[in-house]
Amino acid sequence: MVKETDNLIDWLDERLAVKKLVKVLMTEYWVPKNVNFLWAMGALLVTLFSVLFISGIVLLMYYKPDVNLAFDSVNYTIMHEVAYGWLFRNVHAVSASVIFLIMYIHMFVGIYYGSYKSGREMIWISGMLLFFIFSAEAFSGYMLPWGQMSYWAAQVITNLFGGIPIIGDSLVVWIRGNFFVADATLTRFFMLHVVLLPVVIMGIIVLHFYSLRVPHVNNQDGEEVDFDKEAEKYMAGKVKEAKVVPFWPVFLSKDFAVISTFLVFFFYLVFFHYSFALDPINFDPADNMKTPPHIYPEWYFLWSYEVMRGFFFDIGPISAFDVGLIAFGFANVAFLLIPFLDKDKSIRPAHKRPLFKIWYILLIVDLVILTTYGKLPPTGTNAYIGFVAASVFILLFVMLPTITRRDAKTKGEE
Amino acid sequence: MSTDWKALIAVVVVVAAIYIGVEPYAHSQMHPAVPPADFEFKDLKDNKSPSENAKNGKELFANNCYACHGVASDSLPPIMDDETAASAYGVVPPDLSDATFLYSKEFFISFVKNPTEASKLAHKFDGKEKVFPMPNYDWLGNDAIADIYAYLKTLEPKEVSNRQAFVSACARCHDVRYSSITSLTPDKDIEEYMGTVPPDLSTMILSRGGKYLAEFINDPQKHLDGTAMPRVGLSEKAQEKVIAFIEKAGDPKKEERETLGIRFIAFALILSVVAWVWKLKIWREVH
Repeated sequence: MVKETDNLIDWLDERLAVKKLVKVLMTEYWVPKNVNFLWAMGALLVTLFSVLFISGIVLLMYYKPDVNLAFDSVNYTIMHEVAYGWLFRNVHAVSASVIFLIMYIHMFVGIYYGSYKSGREMIWISGMLLFFIFSAEAFSGYMLPWGQMSYWAAQVITNLFGGIPIIGDSLVVWIRGNFFVADATLTRFFMLHVVLLPVVIMGIIVLHFYSLRVPHVNNQDGEEVDFDKEAEKYMAGKVKEAKVVPFWPVFLSKDFAVISTFLVFFFYLVFFHYSFALDPINFDPADNMKTPPHIYPEWYFLWSYEVMRGFFFDIGPISAFDVGLIAFGFANVAFLLIPFLDKDKSIRPAHKRPLFKIWYILLIVDLVILTTYGKLPPTGTNAYIGFVAASVFILLFVMLPTITRRDAKTKGEE
Repeated sequence: MSTDWKALIAVVVVVAAIYIGVEPYAHSQMHPAVPPADFEFKDLKDNKSPSENAKNGKELFANNCYACHGVASDSLPPIMDDETAASAYGVVPPDLSDATFLYSKEFFISFVKNPTEASKLAHKFDGKEKVFPMPNYDWLGNDAIADIYAYLKTLEPKEVSNRQAFVSACARCHDVRYSSITSLTPDKDIEEYMGTVPPDLSTMILSRGGKYLAEFINDPQKHLDGTAMPRVGLSEKAQEKVIAFIEKAGDPKKEERETLGIRFIAFALILSVVAWVWKLKIWREVH
């Protein structure tokens, strides 16, 4: 039996237990105090995903998924005719590009502080799943304006599936819905972009958040915090002494501050500096008779693209195309495997792990090189730099178990 | 220094390195710089004349040019309609009402004397199998051509709008769908003449940018070696009007975007101050 209540909150509480819910999700969800601004990247990603979701819905009201109408529906209807249509498009494109930047930062914070191991594996794995689905979401979205780069990137990337043994050729046709990239390809990627992938993304986001509840958020020193004990201290009023803070309002106040500052930079990009996210070539309508002189993916795919292109020669009976494809496959699972390649069980930040620290810096430098050369034409010395950088990338991951084992021993000797 | 600042510096350095590599550096490699636009067309020689006899020019025009070119502003409509002219020549010959606005006297003289050379299309029209639709008038001499220029100068409109400049200079071949401009020459004729249908220019300002367009229109061969597009020979002020038109056609919301942008940034700055004050207040209590 419910009691008579005279206010809405109590009324809801009796039926939905909202007070308990707020405690579990917000006021008594405990986060370590010893964190820096990089711990705000998660909230920032949620913000950007919401911005993408809302701007996407607005664009969806005017976009037409048809090879004869798509280009003009974006570049004329949305950009010229709809009130502030250009704003929603710029916001959508810039968020899509910047969300990858923040995802990479989020990932590399995790790697630096070792937040993927000793109980936190599922956080890492669900995060990497999000990265993969976001990649598919970005790729399918890029096709929709049906510009030159939409068309030719779709042509090149779908063609990669042809390298898979036996089923390759049929698979390419199955994915495209035609023998070449055509209307059927556009409409199915439209479906993926606006329905299937967003639904999957939202599901995995829930999993990603849930996966944090049991092992809790890591902190700057990798210190193992007894969350129950520290929470008790906090509740008892010893807030300065407690090593934890509640998610709301303490932790989120910092997130809001970081997000607000980020918005200054974000709006600058949206209004004054957006061509990195809206590639100029894509303002030429798709033309299957005219190959652009340079075809390259968006910046966030360049490193893995370059790992593939780095292997430009046949190895024994395996053609260069297949070698590249194997390397590309490796690049895509390498980060997912980190929790299992890292043999050092203790959670410490990279600056307290002598060899791992060098590994971490080398990896970032290598990724910057791969990203840059992934855009450049793969001719002359560029091809060899690409080959070396791609080999270093693979080598770094192959060496990770040895490196982390040695670090673990050094620690034991201390 | 706190970890926050160290982390921020590390993030900024890596992001800047990626940005420089992927944007300015990669673009400089893919699109090597070319010399800036040359509005004097220094490669063209022997095109000076002080002669300015408009009366003589009018007579010369009637005898030599009117067979193909109309001058609407002198009530001289073209003899052939556009469709007939296009199928006869491959491209509709221009009406010359605002020719003196579009071209300098020197370029005009060079063009009339040898159109293929002035428009840098020698690789397309060898003069034997493929012939430029306008013959060379070098036998007229600089003074006579200068007189024709002087005659056309008397007809030059006081004010030429951006759209008018574009239509006179570009719209014989190019469409601009987003501004309801359809080329005077039908697609099938121009395709036969050029080898391809010249692109619609609606989104060119976004795909190429103003700097590229300025260099390209001034001399298409610089960026696109072997292209069928002629060097049109526009004067600097005419080209500025043409590019202003292309910009308005492809990016009409520029002004709105920039005004609104300042407001959004100002809003975010105020929001940041409020958010940081709140954050510091809350964290002072727990630290």
